[in-house]
Amino acid sequence: MTIAATEPTPASGDPRPLFGAYGIVKRFGAFIANDRIDLEIRAGEIHALLGENGAGKSTLMKILYGLLEPTEGVVTHRGETVRLASPEAARRLGIGMVFQHFSLCENLTVAENIALVMGKGLGRRALADRIAALGRTYGLHLDLDRPVWSLSAGERQRIEIVRCLLQDPKLVILDEPTSVLTPGEAENLFAVLERLRDEGRALLYISHRLDEVRRLCARATILRGGRVVGACDPRTESAGSLAAMMVGEEVRALTRAAAPARSPLAGPERLRLDRLSLPAPGLHATGLRDISLGVRGGEIFGIAGIAGNGQSELFAALSGEARAPEDGAVCIDGTPAGRLDINARRRLGAAFVPEERNGHAAAPGLSLSENAVLSRYATASLTRFGLVRRAAARALAARVIEAFDVRKTGPDPAAGTLSGGNLQKFVVGREILAEPGVLVVDQPTWGVDAAAAARIRQALIDLAARGSAILVISQDLDELFAIAGSIAVLQAGTLSRAVPRAETSREAVGLLMGGHPVVPPGRIREGAAHAT
Amino acid sequence: MTLDMVQMILVTVLTAATPLIIAAIGELVVERAGVLNLGVEGMMICGAAVGFAAAIETGSTLLGALAGAGAGLGLAALFGLLTVGLAANQVASGLALTILGLGLSGLVGAPYVGLKRDPAPHLEIPVLSDLPGIGRLLFGQDAFVYAGLALTCAVSWFLWRTRGGLILRAIGDDHTATHALGLPVRQLRFLAVLFGGACAGLAGSYLSLAYTPFWAPAMTAGRGWIALALVVFASWRPARLVAGAILFGGATVLQLHAQAASIGLPGQALSALPYVATIVALVLLSLGRRQGGSLAPAALGRDFTPHR
Amino acid sequence: MRLDLVPRAGRSPLAAILAPALSFLAAVLLGGVAVALLGVSPTAAFAAYFIAPLSELWSLQEIALKAAPLALIATGLAFCYRANLWNIGAEGQFVVGGLAGGCVALATQGSAGFILWILPAMLVGGTLAGIAYAMIPAVLKVRLGVSEILTSLMLVYVAELLLDYMARGPLRDPAGYNFPQSVPFDAAARLPYLMEGETLHAGVLVAFASVVLATIVLGRTLFGFEVRVVGASPRAARFAGFSEARLTLAAFAVSGGAAGLAGIAEVAGKIGQLQPTISPGYGFTAIIVAFLGRLSPPGILVAALVIALTTIGGEGAQIDLRLPLDLTRAFQGLLLAFVLGADVLTRFKVRLVPGGAR
Repeated sequence: MTIAATEPTPASGDPRPLFGAYGIVKRFGAFIANDRIDLEIRAGEIHALLGENGAGKSTLMKILYGLLEPTEGVVTHRGETVRLASPEAARRLGIGMVFQHFSLCENLTVAENIALVMGKGLGRRALADRIAALGRTYGLHLDLDRPVWSLSAGERQRIEIVRCLLQDPKLVILDEPTSVLTPGEAENLFAVLERLRDEGRALLYISHRLDEVRRLCARATILRGGRVVGACDPRTESAGSLAAMMVGEEVRALTRAAAPARSPLAGPERLRLDRLSLPAPGLHATGLRDISLGVRGGEIFGIAGIAGNGQSELFAALSGEARAPEDGAVCIDGTPAGRLDINARRRLGAAFVPEERNGHAAAPGLSLSENAVLSRYATASLTRFGLVRRAAARALAARVIEAFDVRKTGPDPAAGTLSGGNLQKFVVGREILAEPGVLVVDQPTWGVDAAAAARIRQALIDLAARGSAILVISQDLDELFAIAGSIAVLQAGTLSRAVPRAETSREAVGLLMGGHPVVPPGRIREGAAHAT
Repeated sequence: MTLDMVQMILVTVLTAATPLIIAAIGELVVERAGVLNLGVEGMMICGAAVGFAAAIETGSTLLGALAGAGAGLGLAALFGLLTVGLAANQVASGLALTILGLGLSGLVGAPYVGLKRDPAPHLEIPVLSDLPGIGRLLFGQDAFVYAGLALTCAVSWFLWRTRGGLILRAIGDDHTATHALGLPVRQLRFLAVLFGGACAGLAGSYLSLAYTPFWAPAMTAGRGWIALALVVFASWRPARLVAGAILFGGATVLQLHAQAASIGLPGQALSALPYVATIVALVLLSLGRRQGGSLAPAALGRDFTPHR
Repeated sequence: MRLDLVPRAGRSPLAAILAPALSFLAAVLLGGVAVALLGVSPTAAFAAYFIAPLSELWSLQEIALKAAPLALIATGLAFCYRANLWNIGAEGQFVVGGLAGGCVALATQGSAGFILWILPAMLVGGTLAGIAYAMIPAVLKVRLGVSEILTSLMLVYVAELLLDYMARGPLRDPAGYNFPQSVPFDAAARLPYLMEGETLHAGVLVAFASVVLATIVLGRTLFGFEVRVVGASPRAARFAGFSEARLTLAAFAVSGGAAGLAGIAEVAGKIGQLQPTISPGYGFTAIIVAFLGRLSPPGILVAALVIALTTIGGEGAQIDLRLPLDLTRAFQGLLLAFVLGADVLTRFKVRLVPGGAR
């Protein structure tokens, strides 16, 4: 399994890099995703590719895996120019990939998913033996006959890694590998990665998590706006200096300006969940168990957790897209609302921002003014006698665009033509301009550039300061620690006790996210964060 | 009822089921790849017309059958270009194919209306074909019947025992993931569509070359739609498909027999039986499906444009 | 080689009109080739198909009479298709509408006194019957998740057989020399003619008014917005508080009602009695019309006129040039295929790229 025997170790010094990419340009129409990028990856190193969303990491990665062909530039393998016309060509050269959004077929078994990428002429038994051997070597155990839909995120990633290692790759590309893992699972992953490095393989580690990069990687290439803006040894850098390179100076200033100006004044309780339980709505979903919480006016209540632990289900129960069995399970400003639909809850003064911008918070094919109608027609008098008041809708959209600095092309473009950050500003702004008494936001800044994220967080803080109760569901601990007054963790459909931000730590929350109840009992003051 | 009468009924049922089996097994492969082709009726009727015309012109049943399959394949290529190549709406394209096929079959078949030719020859094995009770059923059918059953076995083997079949099922389950792995999503879907078309055409040529055997406009009489229903009824599994086809074929035969025996029901009610049976089967299937996971290929009917 | 689809930034209105026009041209050219292969001069065929029907009053009326049910049914179908609901059983809803409305006419046959209510009652009865028949696939879909494509289609055959049975059996005119048809309707049960001594009847106005109404409903009302959102992004529709189940029922009701109304208008207008067959496939042709008109009511009106023109022209060509009627059908199928393909070209740039297909 090891390639150390046949390949020169990094120390033994083949001066040419294992893989090189030189002058890579990728254009999509007028948009330049990669602008003259140079990158060299050596055997036996874990090379970090750092950058924010939209910096061009994904495009570069797809080019290296043969999914995209560059507009200009060359890729070399040990100094020889190679053409990566397809993932198959890339795999033949020894390039393997572990996808962030797993490329697994849910209704196929683990074995079938692995067999998909193996060449012809490998029998089932032989494949099973090789998988078992790999499992022993790296501690990656798989149940081959289970359908993928029944597996956790960590198990799914194991399939991806095994599938990649079965091809004995010289270069492994990992795209945000820890984004869906618990801290414990991430530790296991790091052990595997270090072992692969020691075997003389090269790893390209794509992330925006600075701590991981500093722990694992000896070299880092930093991308911003499609260009290489720096290269360094992350072990000698601080998280702050890496972040500065990643986001650029101007944005950092804005981030600082948006730092928490929280008002801990305790207003009346405006949102309350009382022993909310809901069965899982589908095969792949999570049920909710006995969730209770209360959010006061002026408070931002954060719910941390790893995706897939019931966040979407909790959001649906709060918004009314899923109804609770009893009215009393959800109370909005004192009114039992558990069985009301989403518009009835909006009329009670609640507003909602779902996680997915495209297709949930907004219909990408409709114009911005029509998307203003989408969530506001019930509360913003945008209709008369069943007719849509188009002028009023355009005026509302214009107010949102103005207030949140939404950048767009054309007078009333389709929502789908906006960039992620701008569309997120639009959908958040659309709800905030309603001056809701209760605002529920799921992943407010997921996949959004730093400037837009700062603006959105500031808007949430300002809304709370005006007396609204805000519930933020987020996977981003930095975000929760920046804006939330108290934090609870959603894990496997149950909610932990909420603790004031000042009395907890990232480590404690991270352990809870992984299902470890670690906080010493003495540290939780009953009712301090008004959790029940 | 004597053993031979039972055999006679079973033979009729199997004959009625064969065009359904052949057309549906093709559509099953198409749907397993994630494509919904509603044009089965159009491809089938074209296969019937072209197959009959070719058989008359060449005097060969085999060439007729091949021509019929070719006609279905040609129409399917158009459908594949639209839906797989250009990501056009599958439902609308399938309906276009149905109407186009009906029109084309009328054009091709017009000079052959009223002509007759001998049905496709039946297998004759001395002794075996004359065995009482089972001889005619097992050893006395025409080549289409055996071809239909062989196709079913071959498709079953292909889907669950070969790498190509695995990739096909994977593509039907999640085209985005399989595309990311570099698997040939559109290529394989196009091939599946072509296979489905050839099967539908072959099924049509069975009608005009063996079942009736003559050409009449619109002679498929909705069998293409029944075949579509059958694929759902069989929950995308070849073995269940054969069972379903025999059930449906049985309903057709029952209707003919009941009409002959004049059991007091209006003929129209019996003619409606297969259609009502399809609806009932769909309802029953959905009732069963509610307890477990979805059996349908997850990507069925959804457009795919590679993200690049 | 492989085909690559590159999304276009925006869809130009010019392309939206040009695409169906060019598709039409391409289909006409290909039809011309087919006609030449059949041994007929393409110019003569073109004249027979597209010019002759426009040159006489009676054929112009025929075009309007054919276009009216097509436009009415297709407009209703546009609501379903916009919402991603695939009602392909409009033919059955048309037949049931005609049958139910016809039953009202037959039941009130020979009434004396105030009889002005009979015609409206027929129209309402036909519409309601169409709605009720469309509710079968709609309810099965909403309640049990049964594919509406298959159920709505199967119900077409059932409806046709029901009408066949009724016209030959219980509703047959006893004094009709055993012809399988009902007694002719009273004058009070017939749609009035628009011109003395001509064939054009008020059903054409009903269809036109429905298209205008549908344009407003689809483009300007909250219900029309709901239809568009549910079709384009079902999750966003739930977020907006639109109920998919309710909309499914509503869209099927609109399309079933439109088809039922078209059915009784055909029976009370052109036919004037019940027969074993009352539709030359209007319900299926309307599907072509709906897509040809790009699922917008004004476009549908134009498309209905074009299809009616080719159908009337086809009948003329059959008599004058001995061209088979199937040619018209093949032409219509080809036209739809081209329009669907061209529609993609307005959304994407198509590039041929060297390399393996993926």
